[in-house]
Amino acid sequence: MAETFQNLYLGFSVALTPTVLFYAFVGCVIGTLVGVLPGVGPLAGISLLLPATFGLNATNAIVLLAGIYYGAMYGGSTTSILMRIPGEAASVMTCIDGYEMTKKGRAGPALAIAAVGSYIAGTLSIVGLMFLAPPLASFALRFGPPEYFALLVLGLLVLAYMSSGSMPKALAMAALGLLLGMIGIDTMTGFFRFHYGLVELGDGIGVVPVAVGLFGISEILLTAGLPTPPAVHKPKLRELLPSRQEWRDSAAPIGRGTLLGFLIGIIPGSAHIISSFVSYALERRLSKHPERFGQGAVEGVAGPESANNSATSGAFVPMLALGVPSGPIPAVMLAAMMVHGISPGPFLITQQPELFWGFIASMYVGNVVLLILNLPLVGLFVNLLRIPYPFLYPAILVFCVLGVYAVNQSVVDVWIMAIMGALGYLLRKFEFDTAPIVLGVILAPMLEMALRQSLAMSGGNYAIFFSRPIAATMLLVGLALLLLSLRPLLARGADWRRSVGLEEKRALGEENP
Amino acid sequence: MWTSDRVAGSALVLLAVVTAGETRRLPLGTLHNPGPGYMPLLLAVILGVLGAIVALRGGGAPRLIALRWSEAPHAFAILAGSAFAAFALERLGYRLTVIVLLAFLLGVMERKRPAVVVAVALGLSLGSFFLFSNLLKVPLPRGPWGL
Repeated sequence: MAETFQNLYLGFSVALTPTVLFYAFVGCVIGTLVGVLPGVGPLAGISLLLPATFGLNATNAIVLLAGIYYGAMYGGSTTSILMRIPGEAASVMTCIDGYEMTKKGRAGPALAIAAVGSYIAGTLSIVGLMFLAPPLASFALRFGPPEYFALLVLGLLVLAYMSSGSMPKALAMAALGLLLGMIGIDTMTGFFRFHYGLVELGDGIGVVPVAVGLFGISEILLTAGLPTPPAVHKPKLRELLPSRQEWRDSAAPIGRGTLLGFLIGIIPGSAHIISSFVSYALERRLSKHPERFGQGAVEGVAGPESANNSATSGAFVPMLALGVPSGPIPAVMLAAMMVHGISPGPFLITQQPELFWGFIASMYVGNVVLLILNLPLVGLFVNLLRIPYPFLYPAILVFCVLGVYAVNQSVVDVWIMAIMGALGYLLRKFEFDTAPIVLGVILAPMLEMALRQSLAMSGGNYAIFFSRPIAATMLLVGLALLLLSLRPLLARGADWRRSVGLEEKRALGEENP
Repeated sequence: MWTSDRVAGSALVLLAVVTAGETRRLPLGTLHNPGPGYMPLLLAVILGVLGAIVALRGGGAPRLIALRWSEAPHAFAILAGSAFAAFALERLGYRLTVIVLLAFLLGVMERKRPAVVVAVALGLSLGSFFLFSNLLKVPLPRGPWGL
């Protein structure tokens, strides 16, 4: 415990230097803007800003990108509450009761509860990250290729299981992502696979063009042709204060959302999205007046907003401690760290303590910055939404092209982005979740390497995966999830993801065609 | 009956078959010593099986003709714009490419007034180039005449 606080002191000595504070502030501002703008989620935002961090040192770059990530989590709630347009997917549940509160003239308290809940959840979950990541990293030192293989397989299965759609569809997307990840030079034999004469594909398909195409471009393609969004409600500063009853009603949902979000965040998957759905369902179930949900219940804002912010920190646990991303956003963060010469994993905490603890401390600072930013400046951020979409989407498209090109200075990446945009558009029309594709692309080389190294270790004997306790346990958990997912193949009503999908449709039903 | 899931599942099966065919060019290795073609073939088989499951279970999905494509013409134009950007970026340079792209999207697709189109296209192109290339030192391509 004392060692942890000593390390945190070291972290704050890094995070409170003027330069790091500046980048935390800039990251939070950009993140909030990214969260407010519909169509530019945290994933696209981080991907686009990645090239701009190339000139920075590793700590500043990671602090900036992390600021964008949790800034977007905060910012996404603003448009959900004021316009019933989720700035990013995790804010979908906030739309339901947040917008109803706005219609009843309680937009200010809804925004305040969302901001305070996000702050509390964000801060408490960093405490969890601080205490959980180092022991997990020590544990991970026992991992060899079979354990990593089992962990990656489990991660993909959990992601598919937790997706808010059908599991075969999610697994198919993961398989598609893994297949895309096979493009490039095979690191064990040097064989160039699926190159079709393009030498640029030697290092494989980059996660940035895939992520920007599947998330950013496909969103533009889906929304640019739709009618203009509804009018913007702009609350005044004096309207922000919630009533005593609203504070009382929100306290427990914020606590539950924090814990739930953190636990779900650690599990691989689109944690911040899933956590907000689960939190909303939990609050409605626990409420003495469930009929108030959907009619402007403040608990329906407090719980999901706390959960999605808490999940953000939770998602950093496996990424920092194991070097394994738990979803597409940590995957891009991992890629960003690698660009800066950092290898997240068990050795990061011991070999680069300033970076790890500086990052942790900067998250505390970032949460304070966001609380200060979000409430008084909400009117300023909302003004962004007054830019008509016919002007906004061409600008977003330009930044997508710029961001993707700048990573490798390669037009092949811009082509990949365009192709992935078209693919993402079609897949979303056909109700496929595209997140597993991004995770598949980044996990594919690791998964293949772990499999082949394991087989080399055992002389080609597959029993190695079941003779080692950690690997066997993880594979058995994965198998159990697969068996659980077979249930809905036989009985349609048994799939809990179906009800989550219905919640999502109910939340967005009035906007989408 | 053609439902969205049946069409999507069938497309995945087709993709899996094509990919499996492509892996024939790669050394497969053996079950105990996999070669570079092993994993792609395995994944293609898994994708094909999952695609078949999606297609077979897809009877209850919305019918294909029920899908609305009202935004498709707009989407197609934006995709064409992205393809143009990929084609022109290193030929015309960043600034000219962005000006042409914005002129097309704002002027042709959104039918904004010419003065507005010119102002936005020039402002965004030159402004973003200055911010990223000059201030943030992100290397962006220059075209003819150093533009």
